[in-house]
Amino acid sequence: MTTEAGSETEVKEKAEESAAQPDRSEKAKEETQEVPNAEGEEKEKEKEKEGKEGKGIARYLPTWLKKQKSQSQTSPTKEGPPTEEAVSKVTQEEDGPAPEVNGHAEEEEEEEEEKEEKEAVKSEQVKEKEAESHSTASADTEPAKEEKVEESAEKAADETTVTTEGEGAEEQKKEQEGEEEGGGGGGGGEEEEEEEGHTSIFQSPLRLVRKTKMKLMACHVALLDGTDFTCEVEKRAKGQYLFFKVCEHLNLMEKDYFGLSYTDSHEQKCWLDPTKEIKRQIRSNNWQFVFNVKFYPPDPSLLTEDITRYLLCLQLREDVASGRLPCSFVTHALLGSYTLQAEVGDYEPDQPRPLDNVSQLTFAPNQSKEMEEKILELHKSHRGMTPAQADTQFLENAKKLSMYGVDLHHAKDSEGVDIMLGVCANGLLVYKDRLRINRFAWPKILKISYKRNNFYIKIRPGETEQFESTVGFKLQNHRSAKRLWKVCVENHSFFRLNAPEPPTKARFLTLGSKFRYSGRTQAQTRVASSLIDRPAPNFERTSSKRISRSLDGAPVINITEASSENGREPHLELQSDSKVKEVDLSPSDAEATPTQSLGASELALSQDHDKTQEDVLKHQASISQLKRSFMEAPPPSPPQPNQWEKRLTSSPATTIRIQQQQHVTTEVEIEETVVVQEVSIAPKPGLVTVTASSPADPPAEQETREQEVTVEEEEVVVAEEAKVSKQESVSSESESEEEAEYHPNVSVSICHTQIPEEKEEEEEQEEEAEDKTAAEQGMLPPDAPSLPAEVSQAVEATSQEAEEDLEAEKSKNAEEEKEAERGMEERTGDPMMTPEEAPNGHALPEESAKGMVASAEEEEEPTMNGEASLAEAEPRPQVICCSEPPVVKTEMVTISDTFAAQKTEIATKEVPIVHTETKTITYEAAQLDGNSDGEPGVLMTAQTITSESLCTTTTTHITKMLKGGLSETRIEKRIVITGDCDIDHDQALAQAIKEAKEQHPDMSVTRVVVHKETELAEEED
Amino acid sequence: MAGLMVGFGHYTHAIVRGIPASLAKEALRSSQSEVDVVNARREHEAYVEVLGTRLGLEVVELPADESLPDCVFVEDAAVVCGDTALITRPGAESRRRETEAMKGALKDLNLNIVEMTDENATLDGGDVLFTGREFFVGLSKRTNQRGAEILADAFKDYAVSTVPVLEGLHLKSFCSMGGPGLIVIGSSEPAQKALKIMQQMSDHRYDKLTVPDDLAANCIYMNLPNKGHVLLHPTAEEFPESVKVFEKLKDHMLIPVSNMEKVKVDGALTCCSVLINKKGNI
Repeated sequence: MTTEAGSETEVKEKAEESAAQPDRSEKAKEETQEVPNAEGEEKEKEKEKEGKEGKGIARYLPTWLKKQKSQSQTSPTKEGPPTEEAVSKVTQEEDGPAPEVNGHAEEEEEEEEEKEEKEAVKSEQVKEKEAESHSTASADTEPAKEEKVEESAEKAADETTVTTEGEGAEEQKKEQEGEEEGGGGGGGGEEEEEEEGHTSIFQSPLRLVRKTKMKLMACHVALLDGTDFTCEVEKRAKGQYLFFKVCEHLNLMEKDYFGLSYTDSHEQKCWLDPTKEIKRQIRSNNWQFVFNVKFYPPDPSLLTEDITRYLLCLQLREDVASGRLPCSFVTHALLGSYTLQAEVGDYEPDQPRPLDNVSQLTFAPNQSKEMEEKILELHKSHRGMTPAQADTQFLENAKKLSMYGVDLHHAKDSEGVDIMLGVCANGLLVYKDRLRINRFAWPKILKISYKRNNFYIKIRPGETEQFESTVGFKLQNHRSAKRLWKVCVENHSFFRLNAPEPPTKARFLTLGSKFRYSGRTQAQTRVASSLIDRPAPNFERTSSKRISRSLDGAPVINITEASSENGREPHLELQSDSKVKEVDLSPSDAEATPTQSLGASELALSQDHDKTQEDVLKHQASISQLKRSFMEAPPPSPPQPNQWEKRLTSSPATTIRIQQQQHVTTEVEIEETVVVQEVSIAPKPGLVTVTASSPADPPAEQETREQEVTVEEEEVVVAEEAKVSKQESVSSESESEEEAEYHPNVSVSICHTQIPEEKEEEEEQEEEAEDKTAAEQGMLPPDAPSLPAEVSQAVEATSQEAEEDLEAEKSKNAEEEKEAERGMEERTGDPMMTPEEAPNGHALPEESAKGMVASAEEEEEPTMNGEASLAEAEPRPQVICCSEPPVVKTEMVTISDTFAAQKTEIATKEVPIVHTETKTITYEAAQLDGNSDGEPGVLMTAQTITSESLCTTTTTHITKMLKGGLSETRIEKRIVITGDCDIDHDQALAQAIKEAKEQHPDMSVTRVVVHKETELAEEED
Repeated sequence: MAGLMVGFGHYTHAIVRGIPASLAKEALRSSQSEVDVVNARREHEAYVEVLGTRLGLEVVELPADESLPDCVFVEDAAVVCGDTALITRPGAESRRRETEAMKGALKDLNLNIVEMTDENATLDGGDVLFTGREFFVGLSKRTNQRGAEILADAFKDYAVSTVPVLEGLHLKSFCSMGGPGLIVIGSSEPAQKALKIMQQMSDHRYDKLTVPDDLAANCIYMNLPNKGHVLLHPTAEEFPESVKVFEKLKDHMLIPVSNMEKVKVDGALTCCSVLINKKGNI
């Protein structure tokens, strides 16, 4: 992987250069200049600043880069002579990282750490400066190490996830180094990462290679019993480390139900991601955490140990007392009485003023005398009950409360009405005030995504429904949307999956944030805890601590000092930890780079989305008088139906169809398709939901591909097929951070996982993730079209696919059949798939829109518009209609509120029919060997990558064939340009060919097809 | 030990009310029909006798009020769950005063009284289906969202989901509980749709017992000591097909109760009593 990464970068750089986007070229220049001169550095910094300012670019920059901002700002004033630094860089390169050697290094580290801290706070430039100069100096003085080391460092850097936020100055140097090494290419994220890696020359190598001292941070963790646990962890420790420390302290083995939370800068409670560095998550010097129950076991009696139940009780007591878990008077009293029994034992008739005891404890938000009396009365009846039994009884009652384990999030529906979204073990609940107005069980949810401050769920069609629908909610801001999304992903994974989706090996083909649940699922933790073989641990019940809390001043019982335990000892384990970190993060490199390339265009897109979305919303409002209907998002994400649709056309399936000319896409006004044998990948922006493609097939096809992605990726990795794969990875990376998708699958057979990326930590930009899982499972058939991301990742390894590619060009008619086959194959191929799971719908989102999803009428009115072709409803994958009516785009109306659903029947009256004019130009180069037509050959690998920019969609299909001992790589690139105005074909063509040649000098362009489709008129029925 | 949500169907007391003469002419009804007050009273007596004599509940009988023609349908005036009683604010203006006597009776039983004072809220007890684990509140002509919210506030332990009632007077005009986790549901389309919604909204699984006649789906389920599952259902005379369905419930003590007159003014079996459990309460 390492090597790949390196080459990837290079390739990418080239590509970028060719692309000649202004930003990049500038950068490149600057960078090149920088290398030689010290001044260059400053420039670069400036550039970086620019990048930050320009959102687009900034997005691509790795986190640490951003953080560097402060540094760069300070740099001008730097004391250390720039030249020196430059030199030092060079030296470093040559010398390689100098591990330990002298105490010097250590000093540096310390300083650095300090620096880091300061950076975090964004104050203290001075120290940074010092550090920088210092480091520089040290670099010089450090003994030279072999290049080998350096190389390895580099590689490590690539893979490393980075994370050295604070190491500013050195990083910069390293950047330069990286540039040099990278051939002076643009300062992409990867380079930076490399630099970082280098950076680590000073620091991390030391850390990695040997166990050096790391700065320890004191963490304060508020435990459920009201005490504080203090321990020190290495500054770069991951969340997991601290969490384990805490669990160790608590003597807790069934720890998967718990988690650590912290309060972010927006006063929001966030879960500490175990797989990421703590420092990067909390983003402040306030290392305060709270130990909480993260997943409330639906049946606490299934927990193995009493201590686990005890901790759950503590959490619930607090939930109840604070009002987070509402319950009636009687329930308050009952729960309180069990608490009393567990904490103080049997009721003592002799005790004077027993009520005093009770009133010292907080049982309810509004605890009345009456309640306390009731508690006492009930307490009497628990005589003889052991604490463990009382806890069990407590839990047996608490678990029945309707809000047990429900994590509430404020949101608004489409009409701006305040609602609450509750995430729980069973799914997603929608509340208005206290009333439950809707519920989406996990199995009903096909996809969860967010984009900006919108949160979407795609719903599986019901038995009698033909279409999936997407329901959207507005969150307060994107952070809330992301947080909700994460919680959903985690809850679904924990409660519904047998195993979490494994981390992706693929470094490429990853788009945006791939946040996934990383811990054990409930199923796993149950198995694990069934193996617990230890005598029931003794634990001290500490309700008294609570008492002391609630009472001012008079601590009834002292608080045990929990802190001491892990206090001072240097944690050796840390090193290993850090290593791991680096490895994990590697994927992020890839991500970083691509992003940059996207730059401005993407930004533009997102804005566009917003607009459109507004429009859509309005529109919907007018169409449907669904009072309660939730905001309907057009297709899951993308608010811009038109654009997206157009874009979608570029997806392989769609494109093919277009070529057939039978299918007309409504939205497409002008379309150009260029098929080249080269690849240039442009990052693709967000998730596309809309599809203009013909009804039935596309989903299946795409799905198939996606499914195959996994395989492909692995292959590539293993074989390390050079360029192509690398490139792809690069290209696929682009993502907007503001959105993410997740496809809940119950059974995960193949998994891709996410890669924890740094982006998450970046400020407001979020990441987008997408999931591939869904695709793999075939369960989510219709999704494919809607998941641009997936599409882009799509790769296929199957021969069928290969055929398809070839044939796409040639025989288009056969296409559908193949798709059908594929669909079948997919189904059969996936062992996990049960008939029911099989893709049932061919329904595209839009169609569903047509169908109007009014739940009521669907049964009766199977035929609404164009549904003739929709054979779905039932899982009948094989039935892929060959006769598709023109694809029409309609408004999508989803009725999420059941009331509205019942009341309203909506039928779309307007089925736009679009007439289009098409024109096709084909250019074919003389071929030495008949490429596509020749002997079939053996398909080695195939992959499809899609990328998009504002009005251009590029789909790249890469196929590797083995023909008579020679391996042939065939790259097919489809570029779809959409727009309202005329496009200069010649220019576009020339450009495409040029790019292709530049990117793959060693390949030849064999065939070019230009296909133009113009919309003539629009009619309404 | 009594716990939360145990003992569904356990009742010790029943509150009923007499039939005023004004019922014949003035009681609200959705269809024009003549009501024979004498027959209605005879039916009602039989009904009360089943509750009191045959099932052994302690029956509190409130006197009829001529100014409240619908007062016999006590169910709409209060929702009792556990030891909390929510005094409703009936959707029909003419029925608002029915709650006064009800409130008094419930107070006498030492229940915690919660009153619905919000002027914007309306709720008929007939729209409230308590399954033992949660509430479903029908949003109907008589019950609105606000009313449902107040109910949710009164019974915080339980999930309260709203269900649109598009046809029929009340939610329970086409459904009721036939046992723990068993919903008796009419076979009409609106009824089936409502059931689907309830199933979707619920975290719990419910079995359903579908009867051909919507009106026959309104039954009274109890779980009584020494008697086990008891189901009061309409007679075969009224709904022969539906009764065949009830007869499949082998574990239930089936008690047909005639309701031919009251049904003319949209009265169903559950409408005529408020059932209370005083013993098992904590």
